[in-house]
Amino acid sequence: MKNKIICLLVISLVVFVSSGVMAQEEVIKIGVFEPMTGPFAVGGEISMQGYRLAQMQNPTVLGKEVKLVVVDNKSDKVEAANAVSKLVEKDDVVAVLGSYSSGLSLPGGEVADKAGIPMLTATATNPLVTMGKEYVFRACFIDPFQGEALAKYTYENLGHSKAALLVDVAQDYSVGLANFYRRTFEELGGEIVADLKYQTGDQDFSAQMTEIINSGAEALFFPGYFGDVALIAIQGRELGYEGVYMGGDTLDNPKLIEIANEHAEGVIATTFYHPDAPASTEASMKFVESFKEEYEENPNSVSVMTYDAYNMLIEAIERAGSTEPDAIRDALSATEGFDGAGGTITIDDGNNAIRPAVAVKVVDGEFTYEATINP
Amino acid sequence: MTLDIFLQNLVNGLSLGGLYALIAIGYTMVYGILRLINFAHGEIFMLGTYFLYYGVLIFSLPWWLSFIVAIILTALTGILTERVAYRPLRKAPRISILISAIGVSFLLQNLGIVVFSGVPKAFTRPEIFNKIFIFGNIRISSINIAATIISLIFLMALLYIVYRTKTGLAMRAISTDVETARLMAVNVDNTISMTFAIGSALAAVGGILWALKYPQIFPVMGMIPGIKAFIAAVLGGIGNIVGAMIGGFILGLAEIMLVGFMPELSGYRDAFAFVILIFILLFKPDGIMGKNVQEKV
Repeated sequence: MKNKIICLLVISLVVFVSSGVMAQEEVIKIGVFEPMTGPFAVGGEISMQGYRLAQMQNPTVLGKEVKLVVVDNKSDKVEAANAVSKLVEKDDVVAVLGSYSSGLSLPGGEVADKAGIPMLTATATNPLVTMGKEYVFRACFIDPFQGEALAKYTYENLGHSKAALLVDVAQDYSVGLANFYRRTFEELGGEIVADLKYQTGDQDFSAQMTEIINSGAEALFFPGYFGDVALIAIQGRELGYEGVYMGGDTLDNPKLIEIANEHAEGVIATTFYHPDAPASTEASMKFVESFKEEYEENPNSVSVMTYDAYNMLIEAIERAGSTEPDAIRDALSATEGFDGAGGTITIDDGNNAIRPAVAVKVVDGEFTYEATINP
Repeated sequence: MTLDIFLQNLVNGLSLGGLYALIAIGYTMVYGILRLINFAHGEIFMLGTYFLYYGVLIFSLPWWLSFIVAIILTALTGILTERVAYRPLRKAPRISILISAIGVSFLLQNLGIVVFSGVPKAFTRPEIFNKIFIFGNIRISSINIAATIISLIFLMALLYIVYRTKTGLAMRAISTDVETARLMAVNVDNTISMTFAIGSALAAVGGILWALKYPQIFPVMGMIPGIKAFIAAVLGGIGNIVGAMIGGFILGLAEIMLVGFMPELSGYRDAFAFVILIFILLFKPDGIMGKNVQEKV
């Protein structure tokens, strides 16, 4: 009898200890939610290129292997919230990366913030994404900076005082950016002569463009996503619009040129990174080379950002010395002078990155470097 | 609004309306015969564009040949969906076949995402569709002219088939009474297959013209045009071919003129189309042409 009890005790002890070892985990799980399908699928795909490359080069943290748990948010706001819930509740991730598009990062960020799991978005530029949230960070600049830079560029560099807006009312990103552009442009003394709207996925813009041409606008600011914008650019030129086309970071995508062809010529956009920008560091050289080797194409600004976001998060976990969400959060908010491939990143008090923007212009079917805009 | 701008909007509206009309005709035709709202019509429309895309890209066929091949393949897909998803349910309550149609729609959409990937593809236009004609201050692109003319040609061809051929006679017979038509030695199955083939071919033509005008294709591209065409069909009197044509033009014009006259409402274009649908269903459910015609196809 006694033997039996001892035997049982030993067995339960073994089970207890081994389960304890299991719970300690061999891997560190990081969640990723990106649009793999739907209108932003291209964004999700190029985002993944950056994460995967960074993970290949930097596969461990705190001596453990990093595992990326990827969930498709289907370019949908509700699905984005669900995706983060799944990552936090079912997959027990220590932190979340994502997502392309501010509209998707917003609901995802709400969930992560409530759950107290740090989230780092690479390219969501709308201020609301991080505003008032303790656990949500971003590696990119925010739209007030971007909108201001473009408005100044229109008014001061190009000398245009009449601008039109064509805004995607279904996207927080687009609405926000247009407002910041308008504010600065009007402060400078310019006039917004037309303010037209559409919704993501619309394909006919002939009525809007007719109105814009009629308003006598010299510049059109369309802060939408590249697919819709490509169709706007085509229809505008076909209807006889001769002014400048301008937009935010979402336009910096090779698909824009592929779809709009010669009609994309002259499009100006602010973005995160361009290989010809003079500020290129050792990190960016390494990134460009390895990217070309891995994917056999030129890197785009979104992959640079997701590449940096992954590395920034890993570096923060390393500094935190643990995978406790609060420790990671504190380390992220203390990020200073992180040497990313897209430039140096410092996180400010609002959880946003302080970093320069790059202006690019489509010339002969390629995005070419125009200028660097410092904060 | 000056006259020039009004005329430009008129052109824009007619060319958008022509495309709606073309898709709506296919919708209405299937409804006329089977009393089935084929919700997969928008997906058939999408498949047509991908067939053309791959015809040009992979098999490097000349575009006019891929055009024909794409239409034939799409027609075959239409016949196939009818065989697999609708024919077994022909005797079932109408709601079952409607649900089946919604299922086919989702299946094709998701199949498209898996096979073609969700990433939009750039659709290359043949040079002749890049021309712009300028009349005074009004600009018309060649694709708009082509779309309107092709829509009219297909309408004529369809009216000819339905009212002047034996197949058309069989279609009209089935639309009136399936059992009596069968007793009169009408081959019901073949005629219905034919209806789907023609309806799907029209969807393919609509899709291809759509993709030439808006040169970007993606697996869910058929959804909104499909719904708009449905509204156009209801507006014209569902089941009525000429009505669908008229409904398409009215809807296209209404959407463009809404933005033209009230630019501040430009974000509500789709909502406006649905408001039209609700009003039609409330006040004139038979649509514009619904009451005047006895025979429906």
